[in-house]
Amino acid sequence: MTWWYRLTHLRKMEDQLDKEVRFHVEELAADLVARGHSPAEARRLARIELGGPEQVKEDCRDARGTRWLEDFFQDVRYAMRTFRQRPGFAAVALLSLALGTGATTLMFSLIDGVMLKPFAYRDPGHLVRLEERTDWSNALGNIWAFTYPNFLDCRTEARSMDLAAWTTVRATLSEPGAAEFLYGLEASHELFSMLGVNVELGRMFLPEEDKPGAQPVALISHGVWQSHFGASKDALGAGILFDGRPYTVVGIMPAAFRMEDDRYDVFTLVGQDPSPFIQNRRAHAFGVWGRLKPGASLAQAQTELTVVGQRLAKEYPNSNKGRTFIAQSLKPDVGDTKETLYLLLGAVTLVLLIACANIASLLLARAISRQRELAMRAALGAGRGRLARQCLTESGVLALAGGALGVVLAAIAMRPFALFWPGGLPRAQEVQLNWRVLLFALGVSLVSGLLFGLAPALRAPARHLEQTLRSGARNLAGGTHRLHGVFVVSEISLAVVLLVSGGLLARTLLRLSALDPGVDLHNVLTARTALSPATLADPDRTRAAWKFLLDQARTVPGVEAIATVDTVPMREGSNPTNYSVVPANMDDGRDYPTVLANSVSPDYLKVTGIPLRRGRFLTGQDRKGAQSVVVIDEVMAQQAFPGQDPIGKPVWIGIAPDPAIVVGVVGHVRQWGLAADDQAKFRAQLYYPFAQVPDKLVHRWSDLMSIAVRTRVDPLTLVEPLRRAIRGATGDQVLYEVNTFEGLATASLARQRFLLLLFGIFASVALLLACIGIYGVLAYLTSQRVPEIGVRMALGAASPSVMWMVLRQSLTMIVAGVIVGAAGSWFATKSLVRLVEGVRAIDPATFAVMIAVLILAALIASFLPARRASRIDPLKALRQE
Amino acid sequence: MPAKFDLPQGTLDLLILKIVALGPVHGYAIAQRLHQVSRDVVQVPQGSLYPALHRLENRGFLTADWKDTETGREAKFYRLTRKGRAQLEAESASWQKLTEAVSLILALSEGGAE
Repeated sequence: MTWWYRLTHLRKMEDQLDKEVRFHVEELAADLVARGHSPAEARRLARIELGGPEQVKEDCRDARGTRWLEDFFQDVRYAMRTFRQRPGFAAVALLSLALGTGATTLMFSLIDGVMLKPFAYRDPGHLVRLEERTDWSNALGNIWAFTYPNFLDCRTEARSMDLAAWTTVRATLSEPGAAEFLYGLEASHELFSMLGVNVELGRMFLPEEDKPGAQPVALISHGVWQSHFGASKDALGAGILFDGRPYTVVGIMPAAFRMEDDRYDVFTLVGQDPSPFIQNRRAHAFGVWGRLKPGASLAQAQTELTVVGQRLAKEYPNSNKGRTFIAQSLKPDVGDTKETLYLLLGAVTLVLLIACANIASLLLARAISRQRELAMRAALGAGRGRLARQCLTESGVLALAGGALGVVLAAIAMRPFALFWPGGLPRAQEVQLNWRVLLFALGVSLVSGLLFGLAPALRAPARHLEQTLRSGARNLAGGTHRLHGVFVVSEISLAVVLLVSGGLLARTLLRLSALDPGVDLHNVLTARTALSPATLADPDRTRAAWKFLLDQARTVPGVEAIATVDTVPMREGSNPTNYSVVPANMDDGRDYPTVLANSVSPDYLKVTGIPLRRGRFLTGQDRKGAQSVVVIDEVMAQQAFPGQDPIGKPVWIGIAPDPAIVVGVVGHVRQWGLAADDQAKFRAQLYYPFAQVPDKLVHRWSDLMSIAVRTRVDPLTLVEPLRRAIRGATGDQVLYEVNTFEGLATASLARQRFLLLLFGIFASVALLLACIGIYGVLAYLTSQRVPEIGVRMALGAASPSVMWMVLRQSLTMIVAGVIVGAAGSWFATKSLVRLVEGVRAIDPATFAVMIAVLILAALIASFLPARRASRIDPLKALRQE
Repeated sequence: MPAKFDLPQGTLDLLILKIVALGPVHGYAIAQRLHQVSRDVVQVPQGSLYPALHRLENRGFLTADWKDTETGREAKFYRLTRKGRAQLEAESASWQKLTEAVSLILALSEGGAE
């Protein structure tokens, strides 16, 4: 007979046990009758001789060995019954638990998907990321992207791994169909086989195609295949024009393919790229990934790379001196999302803890009012362990039910939450319910069940049974009183932490929103702009094309002013360069100060409304061949020319060997966003005319160029007219990444706003739960004191003094909670300051307001039980005694 | 009335196995048999008989069927399993050894023990 059979046939087992014992008693009685006893007497003697049929049956159940499981099922049924009897308690407990475990599970599923899960490539554990490292640093640090020649050398000499290089090409797909600006992936042919990715249709690149002069071939994404070829099989072998170059399509990539988190639309081979920068040992533009060969270790690979690095440093000292190569496991890099996720996980854990404390105090109150019942059962022979186990089962059932509900909530919230993430959650497609998440939810539920079930379980009666039985339910041990206080104090202190954090974030957001961005946000449209690829071959033609494009755009009704700009404020992307106020060669590897250098057209000041402080801004006269000029901002004026007049002074900047003359000073712009600018590594800014960008840089600068438009009407209504106006003669000039200044300013605070919203929700839930907790505990404690209060009132205590007595009790707990919570929030605000840009140490006013809110809410929650106590009718109370 | 003994720890199992080994038998009959065979010397608390039976069944030494008795009533008849037989042999052997050893010690003369 298996244990499973026993469990599933409990009823049958019981029947048989009963039958067996009854048979014994009846046989024995029959024998006794035969020996001359009366039937009734015989029956009595038989039962005595057996030692009580029920006792025997109980012993037999114990002997079966599955007793604990049977008890467990019995306890579960008992727990369900008690919850059904008190639906209010069960609902509050379940709901708060479901919210707590649901929120923690949600956060964990995000952490799991975004950070813990490896990339969805074949055997991701053996993939490595290679980077260049120098023994000196510039403003961006000492880690560099690869150059193609360095990659080729590493690939030839690395024995323990296969390597592949790739870079991003942002360019226009001009044929077939409507011109579209797309992201292209230019890779060496090994990349795809290394990642275990295959085409959906057609064929992969061949190794012999990855060479200069080979027939130009490309793969296209599933999306482009659909939008430009109508998903027709004819796409294979068809021609496309990408970045001004013709390619033959040989395959379609699967829709799910991503490099890290990015989608690409056109795939080409780096070996075929005729651009001169490919061969440049100083053009750090490539990512290099590798796969360790079977049996090879990362340390081995690293040793090989170091050897290559040393050889190249000797061979090419100009570019490679002090430069080496490092390999590390390929892991997702998700930037500040990590910190945000951990902050949120911390916050929801606090909410969960509050929920646990809440339920614990409610359960404890109930355990005490059930003390008499439990004492009775102990007197009848139930072991203390057995009673404790029953209490724990009850909390376990509650915890698991709450956890299950929480998982459902988390599953529902997962998608919308990932979409809601500011700027889009990286790797959002990896976030899903899986066994790790379920295991986490189970663990969290069980731990919280233990947390709130332990106190009531430990109160299972053991001693003074007789006393308990005699005194009835009214007896209140001082210990539980203190325990209740502990729960309330911890709830309040946790709520204080969340409230203060929320208050700090709100204060931060208010302060940041009020900051002057340095530009006039109203009615400005920005968009990246791609010229017709045909115009990019010749620098003079390119300059003319930009001028022509601006002239075309100016004719659009509603446009007040328009300018080109390479780096739009508050948008992703920056353009740091070194500068010097004494003659210098920027390439000598020395440490020069850094400035954000923005090449713009003369109307930029008019478009953005940046205030001119001194001198003049750039004009149409600042063209190629004329004296090079720059306009600097106040920060750079302070930094480079402290206490002097910068006008007329020469400045050497990284892009040209000759100095430029400072002709004007303008206001500072919060280039890095409203929140981040104050803490940015470099803030100094300068503007130079696009017309004076050196010939060799015009192409690259043009690739990054945007337009900024000041409009007389709602800027977004001009997007389509502008698109039409700038399309150009060949119809392949396009606008993309369209923003308004207002949108960018809002987006630059998105993380702060998002955190504030969530912390606001968490803090409100925490406050609500803490109030429920205070109310519940006070109501309970007061009900225990009814007879005492009755006596007091009978002896002449007035209602207000009784009320004050109850409120004083609650105030003690509140004050203790606030003190503990204040200490906790000191740590919480410290991590917020560290992890969220723009947050400063909390000001006393905000702190005081949040504490006041909490104390007020807690007092309101205590008021009801206090008033009830003050209205006790002494006569009734005494009669109850 | 003869003196009665409480059974030493663990011997009840051995006695039950021995009696069941003689053929399928129900609980009441086992109690009767213990009484008769020991000539009322061994006092088996009847209350501990059934838990012992269930324990032995649970450990796989006994198995049981519901069959009719001679009087036509349905009762639970216990049988020895192969495992139970092996257990019975092992336990009888060790009991034998134990009693022999105890007798030897008791046979020592008073002087020898000094």
